[in-house]
Amino acid sequence: MMIKNGLNKCLQKKFIVNNKLFYSSQAKPTRDSSYAIINNNDIEHFKTILDSHSIITDASEIDGFNQDWMKKYKGNSNLVLKPKTTDQVSKILKYCNDKKIAVVPQGGNTGMVGGSVPVHDEIILSLSNMSKIEKFDPVTGVVVCQAGTVLETIDSYLSPMGYTVPLDLGAKGSCQIGGNVSTNAGGLRLLRYGSLHGNVLGVEAVLADGTILDCLSTLRKDNTGYDLKQLFIGSEGTLGIITKVAMITPPKPTSVNVGLFACQDFNQVKTVLSRAKSQLGDILSAFEFMDRPCIDLVLKHQQVQDPFDEKSPFYILLETSGFNETHDSEKLNSFLESIMAENLIIDGSLATDSKNISAFWKLRESITESLGKEGAVYKYDLSLPIEQFYSIVELMRAKFNDKANVVGFGHVGDGNLHLNISTPKKPYSKEIFDMIEPFVYQYTSEHRGSISAEHGVGLMKPDFLHYSKSNNSINLMKSIKNTMDPNNILNPYKVLPK
Amino acid sequence: MSLKILVPIKRVVDYAVKIRVKGDKSGVETANVKMSMNPFDEIAVEEAIRIKEKGLAKEIVAVSMGPKTAQESIRTSIAMGADKGIHVETSAELQPLSVAKLLKELVDKEKPNLIILGKQAIDDDCNQTAQMLAGLLNWPQATFASKVDIKDDKVHVTREIDGGLETLSMKLPAVISCDLRLNEPRYAKLQNIMKSKKAELKVETPEGLKVDITSNLKTISVEEPPKRSGGAKVENVEKVVEALKKHALI
Repeated sequence: MMIKNGLNKCLQKKFIVNNKLFYSSQAKPTRDSSYAIINNNDIEHFKTILDSHSIITDASEIDGFNQDWMKKYKGNSNLVLKPKTTDQVSKILKYCNDKKIAVVPQGGNTGMVGGSVPVHDEIILSLSNMSKIEKFDPVTGVVVCQAGTVLETIDSYLSPMGYTVPLDLGAKGSCQIGGNVSTNAGGLRLLRYGSLHGNVLGVEAVLADGTILDCLSTLRKDNTGYDLKQLFIGSEGTLGIITKVAMITPPKPTSVNVGLFACQDFNQVKTVLSRAKSQLGDILSAFEFMDRPCIDLVLKHQQVQDPFDEKSPFYILLETSGFNETHDSEKLNSFLESIMAENLIIDGSLATDSKNISAFWKLRESITESLGKEGAVYKYDLSLPIEQFYSIVELMRAKFNDKANVVGFGHVGDGNLHLNISTPKKPYSKEIFDMIEPFVYQYTSEHRGSISAEHGVGLMKPDFLHYSKSNNSINLMKSIKNTMDPNNILNPYKVLPK
Repeated sequence: MSLKILVPIKRVVDYAVKIRVKGDKSGVETANVKMSMNPFDEIAVEEAIRIKEKGLAKEIVAVSMGPKTAQESIRTSIAMGADKGIHVETSAELQPLSVAKLLKELVDKEKPNLIILGKQAIDDDCNQTAQMLAGLLNWPQATFASKVDIKDDKVHVTREIDGGLETLSMKLPAVISCDLRLNEPRYAKLQNIMKSKKAELKVETPEGLKVDITSNLKTISVEEPPKRSGGAKVENVEKVVEALKKHALI
């Protein structure tokens, strides 16, 4: 009943604020006419900074930079710059700031909220050519690299030395560390290693006016004044462009097990989670969940087999990582015995060899890709209290009935739900958006959740920021933005509401 | 008809592990390296279970040889559905001929009427054990099976050959070696995994089976493949041609 009231209240509110939210995630804000339109003189100037290979003006080549991978957001920039050094980034920004030319920084362009593509004709500053790993200390595990280094490249570099990156995401083969840091990417191992706010020890960033800010500390502990690097972590390139990152990396676990369990209801998922935390402790490295419709999608689009004979409403993927197989399997066995003895799961399996481990992970990791193959997908990335965690999926499913496929999966161990609403073989439509927004945000706000757990705000959510942040907080953010980028040239129209 | 199926399995370095050569070049590093059941043997176990599920077999016996850790793979096959396990414990390196001889002794003891095994192990790629075993036993054999059909007292085995499929028919008892496309092995159920950890395994030794496992082969040196020397970027087509000529490639 309470839920139903919430829904009504929300629908009423929607009418009141309809004008403001009309196109929500879809429509573009209008171009700010105070930005300069680039001309040949500008391009000539950039030629004095960069070599000719690093300046792209060919429209067909720029296409891939203008559009995000989901084909949901598209800008119409006609210039891509690919600097190789921090100094070049600095010179570019200084020029743009003087001329008031808007700039969008771009890494691997794997974002979910349209943060890395231009909205209008902003210059695209691609970090792809800045991909050097500069230093690694095998004792402390601190790695220093340029912002454009691909996450998987760092991992392959660290692996032979017995280290690994502290974050792992589906897009690891193309996402870049600078983008990961500036969006504070979460991913699959946050449960174990914590967020980038803790793992990043230092950044070098270029401010809007071209100032190079050296916060590239490699120290674990450094309480001297304000921790400025934190401003660049998660601010999505609106306060400066990260050019280098220093990050602490953990030793690579040598013993890995993956369990896949089927549960009757979400309560079982919750109980297994708290059991896993208390019984597995330090070796627990991932706790993911997915509902049956997710599995159905993956089975439809990927070469995988249904893990169990019977279908179940919920599935858990649990990973342990450690350094001693005997120790790990002892812990794991007593955990498995107890959840089975108490009937907390209805079925399960355990993978200890790489073949089955990757088959289980594929069930979880290819959900996003499989959804993409269906058609338009409306993606919501929410932090919710565990009590309301799955209710929102059920609510939306009831609301859409047969109109859309509503699925839920995500990092339940971190309280992070990916609510995905898919309309197979159909383009994005306003009607569907209107059924979701702002209801989902309203619901999240009512339960003190976050409307963006790990995807960021980008172009998709500035107008909804107030659902998760107070006015005072938003005002302080605006004044920080104004201080650091007074001409508002960095990644405009994004993150903060007008 | 109620068959007894023997499934020999090998524990090998996991396929995803990057292989490293030991410092003294005597072999491949296996200490602290992830090990798994040879994927082709897993297919053999699966096929045996499918035959049993069709009501054609009454018992599946999984056999592995090597150090104590080989028992892990036997337990994996029991978790999948094998009925019992035999471990031939030895720390010596076993060549295919020794393995075939040991298996022959076990066959004399266990009296199976069908032996299903992987066509080769992914570590040494020998592809010999099945053939040698069939020879020692003087049983018919069908290698690289992509389909197995048991009718009356005959086994029909389909194999993928150049230009199509070949179907062989043999009388039991027989030896079958499995190819990749025979089936897709199941995931073991958690309950069975837990049970398999407590399963009692029969342990034998080469001495007990009276088999001489002295190898006729001597490893002189194990080397890594030569490292690729870095490429170079060239400016234009003329330079490409020039470089190709210089290295005598055209």
